[in-house]
Amino acid sequence: MVSSVTNSTICTHCGDLCTTKTIREGDHFFCCDGCKMVYEIIHESGLCNYYDLNKTPGIAQKNTVRSDKFSFLDESRIAEKLISFKDEYQTHIVFYLPQMHCSSCLYLLENLHRLHKGIVKSNVNFTRKEVDIVFENNTTSLRKVAEQLTAVGYEPYISLNDLKETRPGTDKSLLLKLGIAGFCFSNIMLMSFPEYLGINAAEAGIRNVFRIANAVLSLPVFLYAASPFFKSAWTGLQHRFLNIDIPIALAIIITFVRSFWDLFSGTGAGYFDSLSGIVFFMLAGRILQDKTYRQLSFDRDYTSYFPIAVSIVKKDKEIPTLLPEIKINDTLLVHHNELIPADGLLTKGKALIDYSFVTGETMPVVKEIGEMLYAGGRQTGGNIEILTLKEVSQSYLTNLWNKEKDSTNEKDNSFVHHVSKYFTIFVFVIAGFTAMYWSMHNTAKIWPAITAVFIIACPCALLLSNSFTNGHILTILAHNKFYLRKGEVLEQIAAIDHIVFDKTGTLTSAAEQEVKYEGEILNEIEKGQLAALASCSSHPLSKAIVAYLDVTDKPEVTSFKEYAGKGIEGYIDDRWIKIGAAGDNEELKNDTSVMLSYDENIKGTFYFSNHYRTHIPALLSQLKKEYRLSVLSGDNDSQKTELEKLMGTNATILFHQQPTDKLNYIKKLQDQGEQVMMIGDGLNDAGALLQSNVGIAVSEQANNFTPACDGIIAAGQLYLIKKFMKLCGANKKIVMASFIFSIIYNLAGLFFAVQGNLLPVIAAILMPASSISIVLLSFIASRFAARSMGLNILPV
Amino acid sequence: MSVIVILLLASISVAILFLLAFIWSVRSGQFEDDFSPPSRILFDNETSSQKPTKK
Repeated sequence: MVSSVTNSTICTHCGDLCTTKTIREGDHFFCCDGCKMVYEIIHESGLCNYYDLNKTPGIAQKNTVRSDKFSFLDESRIAEKLISFKDEYQTHIVFYLPQMHCSSCLYLLENLHRLHKGIVKSNVNFTRKEVDIVFENNTTSLRKVAEQLTAVGYEPYISLNDLKETRPGTDKSLLLKLGIAGFCFSNIMLMSFPEYLGINAAEAGIRNVFRIANAVLSLPVFLYAASPFFKSAWTGLQHRFLNIDIPIALAIIITFVRSFWDLFSGTGAGYFDSLSGIVFFMLAGRILQDKTYRQLSFDRDYTSYFPIAVSIVKKDKEIPTLLPEIKINDTLLVHHNELIPADGLLTKGKALIDYSFVTGETMPVVKEIGEMLYAGGRQTGGNIEILTLKEVSQSYLTNLWNKEKDSTNEKDNSFVHHVSKYFTIFVFVIAGFTAMYWSMHNTAKIWPAITAVFIIACPCALLLSNSFTNGHILTILAHNKFYLRKGEVLEQIAAIDHIVFDKTGTLTSAAEQEVKYEGEILNEIEKGQLAALASCSSHPLSKAIVAYLDVTDKPEVTSFKEYAGKGIEGYIDDRWIKIGAAGDNEELKNDTSVMLSYDENIKGTFYFSNHYRTHIPALLSQLKKEYRLSVLSGDNDSQKTELEKLMGTNATILFHQQPTDKLNYIKKLQDQGEQVMMIGDGLNDAGALLQSNVGIAVSEQANNFTPACDGIIAAGQLYLIKKFMKLCGANKKIVMASFIFSIIYNLAGLFFAVQGNLLPVIAAILMPASSISIVLLSFIASRFAARSMGLNILPV
Repeated sequence: MSVIVILLLASISVAILFLLAFIWSVRSGQFEDDFSPPSRILFDNETSSQKPTKK
């Protein structure tokens, strides 16, 4: 291990450790030629501010991009699907650049016009990680712009998803509604003061001006700002489901009508201030709860992973073709590191397919000519040709990902709706008794009393406590890198009793392997030779060996050969070194061992095993006390004993699980009445994530691609999941506590309402007082709950 | 007494100006990207100077 940073050299561009000191430019060292090239480009254009703004801001360039990767952008039919605007002189294009991460990126990307002739302007939207580029048609082209971005390390991510007509925009209307409601609320309050302070009856003219102004100001609140509640109430009615928005919409309408009645009959000032105030607070709660994480996407389907175009080979010519236009019996050319877009037969080349993202197998598999290849695998060898058997949208795995979630799961069964149901019944009962009482004593008071009951007892307090508490908890979780799609997920998590884990990429880290060496002890020179040989290969096991040996000085390798799925060999310092599978007929598998031989003499063996993420064993031993656990692995069962030890005897551990098997397993559990949480990472879990009550995707980086899910958790935070679940459980208690607290205000109001003399001033004091105390209470309680669990909270 | 009405009109119109400013800021996307503008201002005078010529 490298213990101190001082005696190791760090790449000026990307900050990776430099393994050699030969790649340099002046005082600057680089880890690879790619990084050096980017540095030179940036240096030549005088944009070195890039390196001053942040330390080592670059993106590692070790994986080179094929030079004709963007040739499909020259096809005008493909290009026109991507560009947002084009005229004779200029083109506007928006690229998605997932690599964007700091102000240096911003600086470089907004100075593209100095880097590349023909770019007129570039504008970055950092939260969306997009750059909007305007370029001149006669000086440059779409392809050249894309290649320039790639050359400086920001390869545009262009996927099949970009073909879709509409790009989801952020919804600004809720914010507008909040602003308008706030404006009306504050002005109505202001103009109601004379009324509250007891304006002289002699000044009736002025009083009426104020009242009419209030009524006018309440119109935008009622007609525009409150529309989300009416809409939701209407859908509830259509589905015959009594959601909380129905009594709220009812209360808003009653308040509005009653206020206008008061105004025209001259009996009072109306409740315009309470009306606009409650709408304002409820909108604020809704915005807090629906706070979106724009850098994340919870709804990705396979189209986000697939390229937009592939090369079809026709009469020895490569024709870039849009993916949906691929037909059966087309011959596709798939390059190194590209996804196979459709099921087909291998017709040319040697395939070494990495299915890890689709099936969960960690090691690439070798396929010979004539064998079937499934869409979603990644080719890791050279170029191959595939004869398509199915169209893209019909392929085995795309079909699976397209599966709709069972609609039975989607029902909005949040407990607030149930509570609101009883609450509504309670209100109707009180209103009924009030009406009965006044019909016997003073019939003139029936309607004022009933409407007042509805105004004061609207379940807004419940909605407010729910949305504000959800909002606070979501914010705390997001601060701990656990992002949930919406507030209802909190409740679903609290109800979970069975947790299903994926193994590869979730419990274990896909990138790392545990390496053990047995045999003759290697000296430093031999270690260097071995590392040099292994670093020629991109196979996961070779990478693991390089990482294990951890040497910086590597001699040169001559006549290097890689036998796909079997091993590698080469000459180093006149020695013939071989690393490979033990037997001639054996293939490399996961959790396997490879033999090392020098000049045909066997020296020793490397053993590999999965590397469990930090703290995972401790987490599992805690979880198994409170939840039923299962592990579904797409991998082979070589880890069985170790997993059994970790998961305990009650856990179900299944291997060789296909994506459909995982989905069916979740279904089976649900049929037994269990609430299932699925934690997975790849597309192989996509079906299971959708089917489960709560699907959580594990992501190495927050901006990485994750399948459709209810929540995304940073891989490093997975060990905290139990605490997060506890906090979700606390959520419900906090909602109920603040609701009960606010009922005190309601009861005080009801006291006046049933008597038929609810003065607007009383409503105007009770309403904001109850709202603000709910907001405060839920805020303090959620922070307290989070802190007592040892989670990070934002300082106030 | 009509002075109160004038005051009322004045205060409402000032408030409406602020409301319009808010609506404009939401529409123009100022609440969408809270990273770029504060960083951009720290760069030396050299960010994209050319405006796109709109046709």
